[in-house]
Amino acid sequence: MEIAGILFTLAMALIVPVVFLSYLFVSEKAAGGRRRGTQTARSLPVFWLIPAAVVLGFFLIYPMIDTIVLSFMNADSTRFAGGENYAHLFSDRAFLIALRNNLLWIVFFTLVTVTLGLILAVLTDRVRYEAVAKAVLFLPASISLVAASVIWKFMYAFRPAGESQIGLVNAALSVVPGFQPQAWLFDVPFNNAALMVVGVWIWTGFALVIFSASLKGISKDLVEAARIDGAREITVFFRIVLPLMSKTVTVVVTYFVITVLKIFDIVYVMTNGNLDTEVLANRMYKEMFNFRNFGRASVIAVMLLVAVVPVVVMNMRKFARGKAGK
Amino acid sequence: MATVELKNLCKVFDGGVKAVNEVNITINDKEFVVLVGPSGCGKTTTLRMIAGLEEITDGELYIDGTLMNDIPPKDRDIAMVFQNYALYPHMTVYENMSFGLRIRKYPKEEIKTRVHEAAQILDIEELLERRPKALSGGQRQRVAVGRAIVRKPKVFLFDEPLSNLDAKLRVQMRTELSSLHTRLQATMIYVTHDQVEAMTMGDKIVVLRDGLIQQIGSPLELYNNPKNRFVAGFIGSPPMNIITSMVKEEGGKIIADEGDFQIVLSGSMGDKLKSYVGKNVLLGIRPEDLVYMASPEKANNIKTSIEVIEPLGAEIHLWVSTKTHHFIVRVPPRWDFTVGDEANFKPDLNKIQFFDVGTEEAIL
Repeated sequence: MEIAGILFTLAMALIVPVVFLSYLFVSEKAAGGRRRGTQTARSLPVFWLIPAAVVLGFFLIYPMIDTIVLSFMNADSTRFAGGENYAHLFSDRAFLIALRNNLLWIVFFTLVTVTLGLILAVLTDRVRYEAVAKAVLFLPASISLVAASVIWKFMYAFRPAGESQIGLVNAALSVVPGFQPQAWLFDVPFNNAALMVVGVWIWTGFALVIFSASLKGISKDLVEAARIDGAREITVFFRIVLPLMSKTVTVVVTYFVITVLKIFDIVYVMTNGNLDTEVLANRMYKEMFNFRNFGRASVIAVMLLVAVVPVVVMNMRKFARGKAGK
Repeated sequence: MATVELKNLCKVFDGGVKAVNEVNITINDKEFVVLVGPSGCGKTTTLRMIAGLEEITDGELYIDGTLMNDIPPKDRDIAMVFQNYALYPHMTVYENMSFGLRIRKYPKEEIKTRVHEAAQILDIEELLERRPKALSGGQRQRVAVGRAIVRKPKVFLFDEPLSNLDAKLRVQMRTELSSLHTRLQATMIYVTHDQVEAMTMGDKIVVLRDGLIQQIGSPLELYNNPKNRFVAGFIGSPPMNIITSMVKEEGGKIIADEGDFQIVLSGSMGDKLKSYVGKNVLLGIRPEDLVYMASPEKANNIKTSIEVIEPLGAEIHLWVSTKTHHFIVRVPPRWDFTVGDEANFKPDLNKIQFFDVGTEEAIL
């Protein structure tokens, strides 16, 4: 049995490249052999696109269409349900809270992370121990989301007043006179903010590294010219540096918006969506695997897809314009 | 308008490198001063210290009598033109030029007037709506200058502004900057490594080497009376010929003996070298001060053979050699020369300069 498995794997490892290469060979012959000149030049790219299109179609397009179809079916996909699932979700408090939370994540998480990343990029750019500072700040980005969430669960740990605090946040704040220990993850609606802090902690380093690279690309002369022109440091940043980084900022913002639309791990590990902290991905997971409702889970998937489309389109437009402007 | 005074200015970089060493320069109102020297001589560092972009390690900097050491660039009332122009790429030419005025909150009408005035002077009015990306090198240069002049600063600083332009444009911009100086009547400090630029533009030239001032003077002072061997060799193109010669006294006359030939020095020239009798000195003579003789002279004749001929049209540069020395000579294009031919020259005794072998200072 095991032997058969290994043999199959080996055979596939051989056959797949051979099939692809012979396809390329044949398509080139077919396109180039019959006609020469412009016709060939026009048809050849089509041949080369076919394999990628097949793979994409099978693993991406088909599931996407299937999900849309499923969203109009009942819980176990045995009966056409029309807009029932959609109607239900938009009257479902849990779903609406998840929707709201995702919006909160998009606005606040993105805003805070990008701002912090920018500030840190500018600050680290000016110190001698820049490399060390950046490495330390980037460290959280290399930890898995689950591990980070576990770490922060301990950070937020709560014991009633009077007991010794094992959570770092409460322990540290208990130094402040009059401070009462807080149950950070239970305190609606601030528990959402507590979750976002974890995200900020993880992704700020990532933003910092990207912004820092972009910052290095700005000629020092421009900054000096602005200083001589009479600009204060803050003016230099907002009038010269930031505009020149705008493309990078757009890319990072887009990346964060898409990431946050899919946010799952942090919420799943830390609160499992309880106490009004649920997000769409979390809700989808519950509908799918806890409640076995394929229809409703698919509706959420479709919602996420719809939400991502404008962001992607905007990004593609921006890049297309960048190319045309060159 | 303004005076600038540098008193014992020093700059030591982090690694302990002393880039500028005890520099003293007084720049008068409306003066065009050129800092010139080979790369690494500290000229740009000096300029950046005046601008406030580089901290002053030691010494004092005064603009209009006010100590500027700890005053940030924005409050020094200076403008600077950078080597690579440093135009803000995300702004139009108009925005670039008006940036300094806008952040100083000048009234809109005033900004408009000043920008158009500057654009007219520099002949870039039709470019005002363009971005720097859409400009040629020469146009960018003009915009960079325009950005400086709209501010009407006390002092203009130029950091090798012409070095990124092609040769023809460089000559054109050189004269334009000179006439701009005449027109604006402003104090300007100009850094270059090109001695031709220095000679053609400066009212006063400061020659720097290894962070030390070698000589300060007008272009012709530097050319005719270089203080040391370095200035003699740096100023002038083609450079001054410098050869070692032995000072001798024969029959009451002082003679500079070069081995292949001898030069008898008259009166005052001889007196200067009296104390060097029996010693080596460096003899310097400019290429145009070796006069071509169709037939050899009796006295002070230098017999050479021609190695390379560079006909430039208005003049000919000859690379010639005696048995032991090589010279470059500048002659009018009146004769036909052939490589390998013999050529005789007579030095203009009034123009010969001598330098001490050890200190390389001029013997006066």
